[in-house]
Amino acid sequence: MKQVVTGNHTVSHAARMARAQVVSAYPITPQTQVVEKISEFVADGVMDAKFIKVESEHSAMVACIGASAAGARAFTATSAQGLALMHEVLHWAANARLPVVLANINRAMGPPWTIWTDQIDSLSQRDTGWMQFYAESNQDIFDSILISFKVAEQVLLPAMVVLEAFFLSHTAEPVDFPEQEEVDRFLPPRVATHTVDPAHPAAFGGLTGPDHYYELKYMEHNAMLEAKEVIKRAAQEYGDLTGRYYDMADPYRCDDAETVLVVSGGVASTAKDAVDEARAAGKKLGSLKMWTFRPFPGEEVRELLLGKKKVAVVDRNISFGQEGIFCTEIKASLYGQKGAPPVVGFVAGLGGRDIKVADLLAMAEAAQKDDCPEFNWHGVKP
Amino acid sequence: MTKKVDVRGARDMPPMAKSLGRMSWNLTGSWRNVTPVIDYEKCTLCMLCWKFCPDLAITCTEPPRIILDFCKGCGVCAEECPVKCIEMKEGL
Amino acid sequence: MAEVPKKLTIPAEEYMCSGHLACQGCGAALAMRYALKALGPNTVYTVPACCWSVIDGPFPYTTLGVPLFHIAFEAAAASACGLSAGLEMMGKKDVNVVAWAGDGGTADIGIQALSGAAERNDNILYICYDNEAYMNTGVQRSSSTPWGAWTTTTPARHFKTRPKKNLVDIMVAHQIPYVATAAMAFPEDLVAKVAKAKGIEGTKYIQILASCPPGWRMAPEYAVKSVRLAVNTRLWPLLEVDHGVYTINRKPRKYTPVAGYVKLQGRFAHLTDEQVQEMQGMVDRNWDRLLFLEKSTHEMAGIPLEAEKAAAPKDKGPAAGGG
Repeated sequence: MKQVVTGNHTVSHAARMARAQVVSAYPITPQTQVVEKISEFVADGVMDAKFIKVESEHSAMVACIGASAAGARAFTATSAQGLALMHEVLHWAANARLPVVLANINRAMGPPWTIWTDQIDSLSQRDTGWMQFYAESNQDIFDSILISFKVAEQVLLPAMVVLEAFFLSHTAEPVDFPEQEEVDRFLPPRVATHTVDPAHPAAFGGLTGPDHYYELKYMEHNAMLEAKEVIKRAAQEYGDLTGRYYDMADPYRCDDAETVLVVSGGVASTAKDAVDEARAAGKKLGSLKMWTFRPFPGEEVRELLLGKKKVAVVDRNISFGQEGIFCTEIKASLYGQKGAPPVVGFVAGLGGRDIKVADLLAMAEAAQKDDCPEFNWHGVKP
Repeated sequence: MTKKVDVRGARDMPPMAKSLGRMSWNLTGSWRNVTPVIDYEKCTLCMLCWKFCPDLAITCTEPPRIILDFCKGCGVCAEECPVKCIEMKEGL
Repeated sequence: MAEVPKKLTIPAEEYMCSGHLACQGCGAALAMRYALKALGPNTVYTVPACCWSVIDGPFPYTTLGVPLFHIAFEAAAASACGLSAGLEMMGKKDVNVVAWAGDGGTADIGIQALSGAAERNDNILYICYDNEAYMNTGVQRSSSTPWGAWTTTTPARHFKTRPKKNLVDIMVAHQIPYVATAAMAFPEDLVAKVAKAKGIEGTKYIQILASCPPGWRMAPEYAVKSVRLAVNTRLWPLLEVDHGVYTINRKPRKYTPVAGYVKLQGRFAHLTDEQVQEMQGMVDRNWDRLLFLEKSTHEMAGIPLEAEKAAAPKDKGPAAGGG
């Protein structure tokens, strides 16, 4: 059933329909509507869950960890400073192999205080072992949350679905909600293994020496690799159910493109308009949306980008002193490959500065030049 | 006393660091350099020694017996015995 | 023939094994042993960084006969809240959920999560085993280190001159149903309090004074004696606070001067006689304050004050509790 819903409320509905059993969250702009709506659902009895109104984001993640360890489906949402505060225990959730799902409203990091969007908060958590899905639209948010629960519970790694502050969180868009029975069929109740259960006493996370710690990391890494196939299967199943199919690297008019813009998040949506405009003007432009950042779809990226004339990666983030983070990852996946195109990077839109169609077209234009610098800071006012 | 768990590689391990056995293979009796000896003539079976052993190294029986495999030689039993019938002797 | 004795004042059943990694004479090991007897097997523990993170043994082993979920240092209370909520949603509401933390993980880095849990009155039993310093990392001071004590970060020339943080009053201020102090030298009292707490809905807080021979610079055989002295000098009163009403469980008619307690431990060896007298003054004033709290909270609640209300019956055969 189609409804017009904001990104934040879409998150709330997804948590409800996914039948999250324990929600533990702390308010932060621009996430607050997510938890306010969930509070209403729980109070009204339409969501059978316990909502722990914790006193900090660190505790929010820890409570999710505890609940998940007990076997329950656990969910939280946060943003920027809150996600950063969780950092220590993001590692804990992944290393403990717990399928917690988190919605992160991409917000720029302070100081100075800012409530507007960029991706540094989630990308800073790159190495924690969490899967990361970058949503392009409110529909994408809903679908990604359901898919991430299913995948997380299978591979035993936590997952975050990431959406841009205000551009998605506070913007109302049509979202097609499946029926609850359809969601239940796609995402049945969690079958938890290795739970904290008095019937099967064990210690979890005890002191582990060099003899065994290494192998635990090996298994965690393999789980992230396995996630690629599991995500593909889950996305296929979801597509068969709803008609909406997701690819980890999602091309738009790339087949005969000479230049490809690599984008993520809401910018992927804008990029499609830019591509259409360029095409109408006779330019062979395409765009590639990165739906997942972890696991990184290296095989898909190579398949789609090898042989192209030029790749321009648009990063709404920066790794200071280096370049945009998606750019580094794209380059790494193309390294040493036959037919690897030259890659240039553009940083844009930090702290919520808008990325318009005109901006993307300008970046595409600049990228096509032979003397385009490898790294560009789009639209900066020096 | 239990056996050690044989974990040779990833295939022997659960996906997370979850325990597979108990610590009772670890004979902490090797830690001590003094050993409690109970004089059963004086023992009144009050069970305070059993009650106060941090290592559960005294049997809950009449009379109590020191479990030498695990006794760390801390001397709490000797100190707490109301009739002072436990002596901490040098050596194992 | 050896048989199970009839004279026991605490349950016989054990829920931990030998072979654990506690030091000789570890008060924390005794505290755990007694708490487990009161809780029984339908229990899960969550333990932050502290001595017990190591005592339990390395992967792939454990010492406890109940599940132990290790968690980050500041997070014991939040972890317990999550476990409690998760277990309830899994249909296992009757499981005892216990946060078992040291004084550092409770009074310092863990206090935010504990305060949050208590303010929400989440259904957890929080037990702080208090050995009065960061013992696991080598005896650094915590806010629970008592006035006068040497630690590696309060060396003798700069011994700790701030008082021990009063966690009991902090927890009472959160208006939770049950707050208590205990000591591993008084196992019957400890067992009775844990057994009582597990039957209460809401946040329960018990702080157990647990000796640490290496950290207190003391021979291991004094592990129990030292803590008995702490109670009998009235330095560490055994009390309960039931919905804000204070009851001192044990009022030694003839109490020992605190000098007897101090003499036993190397961590106080640098104190002059005047400083020990200062400590005695603090003990006396705290005791008077507690007597006043006991009297006034009883009055306000309209409950008559009994001469002495022990939490546990004294040595009258096997105590109830456990299982």
